Amino acid sequence: MSQSDQSQETTESDSFQDPGVPYHRPRLADKDPKAAKRAERQVAAMFGISILGTVIAIWAYFGLNDMGEDVKSIQQTNTVIGIGVMLAMFGIGWGAIHWAKTLMRDHEMVEERHELRSSDESREGAIQNLKDGVEDSGIGASKEGVPRRGLLKGSLITAMLVAPLALLVPQIGNMGGDWNVGLLRHTMWKKGTRLARDPDGTPIKASDVTIGSAFHVIPEGLNEMGHGKLEAKAKAIVLMVRLDPRDLTIQPGREDWSFDGIVAYSKVCTHVGCPVALYEQQTHHLLCPCHQSTFDVSDGAKVVFGPAKRPLPQLPIAVDDEGYIIATSDFDEPVGPSYWDRLKTPDGTLTPEEGSH
Amino acid sequence: MGTKLNNAAAGTANYVDERTSIGGFVKFFARKIFPDHWSFMLGEVALYSFIVLLISGVFLTAFFVPSMDIIHYDGTFPTMQGVEMSRAFASTLDTSFEVPGGLLMRQIHHWAALLFTASILFHMARVFFTGAFRKPREINWLIGFTLMIMSLAAGFTGYSLPDDVLSGNGLRIIDGIVKAIPIIGTYISYWLFGGEFPGEVLIPRLFTAHVLLVPALILGLIALHLFLVFLHKHTQYPGGGRTHKNVVGLPLFPVYTAKAGGFFFVVFGVIAFMGAFFTINPVWNYGPYDPSPVSAGTQPDWYILFVDGALRMMPGELWGFPFEWVIGGYTLSMNLLIPGLIMPALLFGFMAFYPWFEAWATGDRGEKHVLDRPRNAPVRTGIGVAVITFYVILVLEGSNDIVANLFHLSLNDLTIFFRYAIFILPVVAFMVTKRFCMGLQRKDRELVLHGNETGRIVRHENGEYIEVHEPLDEQARWIAVNYDDIAPSVVAPSHNDRGVARKGHKFDRFKHRLSRFYFEDRVSPVTPSELEEAQHHH
Repeated sequence: MSQSDQSQETTESDSFQDPGVPYHRPRLADKDPKAAKRAERQVAAMFGISILGTVIAIWAYFGLNDMGEDVKSIQQTNTVIGIGVMLAMFGIGWGAIHWAKTLMRDHEMVEERHELRSSDESREGAIQNLKDGVEDSGIGASKEGVPRRGLLKGSLITAMLVAPLALLVPQIGNMGGDWNVGLLRHTMWKKGTRLARDPDGTPIKASDVTIGSAFHVIPEGLNEMGHGKLEAKAKAIVLMVRLDPRDLTIQPGREDWSFDGIVAYSKVCTHVGCPVALYEQQTHHLLCPCHQSTFDVSDGAKVVFGPAKRPLPQLPIAVDDEGYIIATSDFDEPVGPSYWDRLKTPDGTLTPEEGSH
Repeated sequence: MGTKLNNAAAGTANYVDERTSIGGFVKFFARKIFPDHWSFMLGEVALYSFIVLLISGVFLTAFFVPSMDIIHYDGTFPTMQGVEMSRAFASTLDTSFEVPGGLLMRQIHHWAALLFTASILFHMARVFFTGAFRKPREINWLIGFTLMIMSLAAGFTGYSLPDDVLSGNGLRIIDGIVKAIPIIGTYISYWLFGGEFPGEVLIPRLFTAHVLLVPALILGLIALHLFLVFLHKHTQYPGGGRTHKNVVGLPLFPVYTAKAGGFFFVVFGVIAFMGAFFTINPVWNYGPYDPSPVSAGTQPDWYILFVDGALRMMPGELWGFPFEWVIGGYTLSMNLLIPGLIMPALLFGFMAFYPWFEAWATGDRGEKHVLDRPRNAPVRTGIGVAVITFYVILVLEGSNDIVANLFHLSLNDLTIFFRYAIFILPVVAFMVTKRFCMGLQRKDRELVLHGNETGRIVRHENGEYIEVHEPLDEQARWIAVNYDDIAPSVVAPSHNDRGVARKGHKFDRFKHRLSRFYFEDRVSPVTPSELEEAQHHH
């Protein structure tokens, strides 16, 4: 016997009596045949509205549809079909509910519950049946005449556990493409790739970049790619700004990565990879609109606020003979969000940059 | 005509019954009693919006092309002419602008999805606050919880299908979280995307999940959920004649057939109204997915906001302490793992297993079919409000840019405020709610003992003025006094009378502390003798 049962029993002597199901108040329609007739007519009217709604929807499809091919007319058709569907549904719904509320029984009934637990008898029967089955199969304790077949139990379970692998291994194995996670380390940028405008792909001259301006940048040639263009773009997008060189704090070891106040940083957020697209000219801050990581472009794109931990990777740039801005190499670290072995090269050693720290 | 119809019906019934013995089934179900309360409709809203999802979803599959092949758009929508986009996005535009009723169905589908997830959460909250998850319904709570998770999966996979800028960024965020998983993160990402993000296979894969796997699971779980509702018979609110051993209400046929069946059409009507008049997810304004552009004020669908809020709230570095660690050259991003995986796992884990926790902590073991009024379980109600507070803070942080813009606040200050609030406010909410509940219980006591104030002032012969109080009628009084008054468990002494240490004493003390947490502060219901004494007083 549980605790709560006991406490209920002890307080039995001093507790209120259940007054029973409340008195049923008859409704207007229960007493007045006129009111009942009125309710019936109301319900029928609502069902009528539903039929009207269906007619409106079908009329809108056929009647309004050939008014024109432009966006506006199809939006009108949509709205009117929607009104038709709405009335078709509301009519049935309100009619049925009104019917139930005014005309159907509202005198509450009582149904007894039974404890969910099976009776002791059927429990024993169930256990006996299982025991008999186990004995017949020979997997359990042996009965006379039926030898115990323990070997079968073990081998069957093993086989059942292993069998799904025959399907899962090829299926899952194929799903990851070439599984070449090393691709995450590299982008399309390499020595000499021109920085081009996103999205039209025209290369950018250093002389076009005025102080305070920001350029959304893709590698030249990206737009001409066929296969794998989005994958390449997802890693290679860059934001380039020109600051007054006096405002720019050049990071140690990166003296030749910028050009006359022009700096280029990966536009892929180091948090979860959204494009860090919002540049605030006054504060030199780059803001990620997804989770508001804020990076200071004037100081190595270090994190000044938000959930990102690492600065945006910097793209080393220079200017070629024709005055176009070019990359002098790929990024020296994987762009985008962190992952387990981002600091390891494929052969398992640390990247040179990290190793020197 | 009437007799002919009757004969036909009888003939059909006989035909079916002789082959299925459906007669017993109908006898069992037709007049099954269901209690009446508006809050029982929340689960119905979830069920009906799911049916609307199936109906509108079938319409959409006829026109959606789940392909990431790149084409140049040449449909009727003017501003997208010639733009490179996936077939998935192009077919979404075509469904919207070239299929009469197509945009309506898209909007009905999307609104129904938002309503589906919302009604499941409200239904869960109702079940939680009324204690409907208690024995014998713990398993059904778990099934319902799984349905909630499945609704999130259905929503997210569907949201991602049109392959627009917003859904693509959503997937990119998922990719970022997945990659943060230690050791296997990048491989899971490759497994999902079929290689590097975004790849060319994700939309077809999400499509299969969205139209086959997830809905099939939801359907199966709904069947199980409803089967158990029938088996357990519905819970009922306390009131006269309602006990743990009966169910008081109206029969399934015809009353609930009409009411619940009618309610399906009302829900459908509301969703159709929203689909007809309120634009949702206008992907033609966002454009096709491109990894480069994104605009400010981007929000996921509401049910994902809590994870997004956690991601926004978690600092990369706090007071000089970094949350991304490099251990032996390997990177562990706690600034992603905590909000993206650990927080949801703890929140969902707590929700899933709460029924067992409460039963274990309170030692309550009987079958419970009469619901608790939330005030009569102050600690549970407090916990529920604390969890909701936690969740709402995350949702608000998930839309912090909108909130900051709306109220002219600094985005950074708002985020910093929420970083404190997420720890402080749930505790405050718990304490305030618990006090509120007990205050309401005391109010109930007061009403039972002294009745309602009538506003009538009477002067006695001796000059004394009193206000006449009208005692509660017995139905109202029964609701106010009929609840379990459970005292904290008592711990057996640590040593028995021979001075030998008892095994498991420490564990008992721990359980006792939990029991005290639940039941230390409590307001007992009025007893008849107390009432008599109070009446004597006057």
